Amino acid sequence: MNVHEYQGKALLARYGVRVPRGEVATTPEKAGEIARDLGTAVCVVKAQIHAGGRGAGAVVDNAAEAGEVFHANLAREGLPKHTRKGGVRVVKSPAEAVEAARSILGKLLVTRQTGASGREVRRILVEEGCDIGRELYLSVLLDRSCGRVAIMASPAGGMDIEKVAAETPEKIFRETVDPAVGFRPFQARRLAFGLGCKEPKLDAWAKFFQAIYTAYVELDCSLLEINPLVETKDGDLLALDAKVSFDDNALYRHADVRELRDEHEEDPKERQAAKFDLSYIALSGNIGCMVNGAGLAMATMDIIHHHGGEPANFCDVGGGATTEKVAEAFKIILADASVKAVLINIFGGIMQCDVLAQGVVEASKQVGVKVPLVIRLEGTNVEEGRRIIGASGLNIITAADMADGARKAVEAARAAG
Amino acid sequence: MSILLSSKSRVVTQGLGSVGKFHLKGCRDYGTQMVAAVRPGKGGTSWEGVPIYDTVSDAVKHAGADVSVIYVPPPGAADAIMEASEAGIALIVCITEGIPAADMVKVQRYLEGRPSRLIGPNCPGIITPGQAKVGIMPGYIHKAGRVGVISKSGTLTYECVHQLTQLGVGQSSCIGIGGDPIIGTGFIDLLRLFNDDPDTDAVCMLGEIGGAAEIDAAAWIKANMKKPVAAFIAGKTAPAGKRMGHAGAIISGGKGTAAEKIAALEAAGLKVAPSPADIGSTLVAAMKG
Repeated sequence: MNVHEYQGKALLARYGVRVPRGEVATTPEKAGEIARDLGTAVCVVKAQIHAGGRGAGAVVDNAAEAGEVFHANLAREGLPKHTRKGGVRVVKSPAEAVEAARSILGKLLVTRQTGASGREVRRILVEEGCDIGRELYLSVLLDRSCGRVAIMASPAGGMDIEKVAAETPEKIFRETVDPAVGFRPFQARRLAFGLGCKEPKLDAWAKFFQAIYTAYVELDCSLLEINPLVETKDGDLLALDAKVSFDDNALYRHADVRELRDEHEEDPKERQAAKFDLSYIALSGNIGCMVNGAGLAMATMDIIHHHGGEPANFCDVGGGATTEKVAEAFKIILADASVKAVLINIFGGIMQCDVLAQGVVEASKQVGVKVPLVIRLEGTNVEEGRRIIGASGLNIITAADMADGARKAVEAARAAG
Repeated sequence: MSILLSSKSRVVTQGLGSVGKFHLKGCRDYGTQMVAAVRPGKGGTSWEGVPIYDTVSDAVKHAGADVSVIYVPPPGAADAIMEASEAGIALIVCITEGIPAADMVKVQRYLEGRPSRLIGPNCPGIITPGQAKVGIMPGYIHKAGRVGVISKSGTLTYECVHQLTQLGVGQSSCIGIGGDPIIGTGFIDLLRLFNDDPDTDAVCMLGEIGGAAEIDAAAWIKANMKKPVAAFIAGKTAPAGKRMGHAGAIISGGKGTAAEKIAALEAAGLKVAPSPADIGSTLVAAMKG
């Protein structure tokens, strides 16, 4: 689960991490008030969406423009830059803050991470400006290769860190934490030295890193990234941005974090699927997929592509695909107007094929599936399962195996045009 | 023989809820020695003839358990793994899906230097066809034989095993290593065991997007593996930045794509199945050289 920058910063501030003063607004008037209350000569107005690249992104009025700007300017690196204003504005008076807020709120912000549809901006963060000495980078993440938490820092802030790691690996400093003893002060100092910290700021920087690590662990984060981390002209550290993601598996023990969920930032179909314990991800093709198991679901998408089609979604109905779950999955898959055919691929292991077939038949009747439906069933009681489908009177195309199912689904989608 | 699990293995079930009970029966029906179950507070009773103990230590002491299978729900699963290891269980198979990553960081540290091997979590388990199964896979699709299977997935493994069995190719042992970012036993550990197993002739390896385990395995295979290995990587069409069902199946920062994994495996001389329908035939081709 992801949260907005302003929410991430508020959480970090709780752990003693210094962030710029500021507040969130949903109206231009409120933005002006916040700027007035901050009382600084310069303020920054920042669009709050769950995607990076906001400053370099483009604020547009409608979906058509968003698609145009994305494909012409943002989809790939090396494309020409656009001439529109972005989602981060520096303002010099409350009146300018109102103006900036008015031109961002309710509009679409399209960045290299939003995709061609962009995201509607519903909230903005108004913050005090700060004296930037240097821009640095800091992140805490899970190092899968060793199964431990790692802290990464770099003097090359404000840039794409993957690029820095690939091109100038000597600019990346990394500490891995032994969970038995936690992040040690000597490790924090080593990071500070790597970033060029000088006395008398050493202790303060080390404490800053410790606070970030503590927040990561106590909140069960999966990623905590500060880019840029700013060294002010006075030599102090300040989290100018904050990207915070949480481990979904640990949300059960963080009620306060769960409340920060912004449903507007999530795909409504994915959200609906999650309610029924289905795993669904929308894609851009026209063949809907319903599969039991995540690995097989990915493989089903791949085999559709292999046979010249494109999957409309990833959908894992889990091991125990009940009639209710199958019906719900149908509704979600068919809500996508681009779906021209559906491929159901079930390997009934513990779940028996006849029970699954019964579920599919009942759900298809209930939902009224109008597009061609291809079913590949394999596993326990498969003969009985196939018999139930055949006797259902429904217009269902049966497939002998996975490849046959993919071919038939691709054909059916083509025929439906 | 085979690896890790045999007809001699004595299994204790941790987490005797409805799922645990269902699979305890399934494993016993397959012929596995299901010698004990653990339910704190119910020690001294029994379920369907299986003695119940308060602790894993008691199950080891009184029932001679040397393998544990865990169905304990996520909040208590990490503790269950540590308890099994502390009790001296040699092979711990954790089926539970949804354990917080931070808990697994602690588990991993706890297991360092201990003789226990953890399979999973978030996996279907392990089976040595014809001898024993510990987990949730359907036993009947397997056939005893000489090909090892290692996979991050559940139903995709069944698909692969089904294809092998249809082709008349039996399996020595099949292990689901799990789809989480932190798992106990990885591809390389198992490749090493299969490499040294006189009863395994070839290995099928099923990976997916996310992390770099398949790339590390490719390097290990190139340097050490004496037996043919066929592979399949799921998620060629998966979008970046989205978690594809498994907690670990995510392309982040442009890393962990199927394309880079397939390239690494092919560069190491492996045959990679172009489509999931060709996993069995690719393995057969790899065995023919």
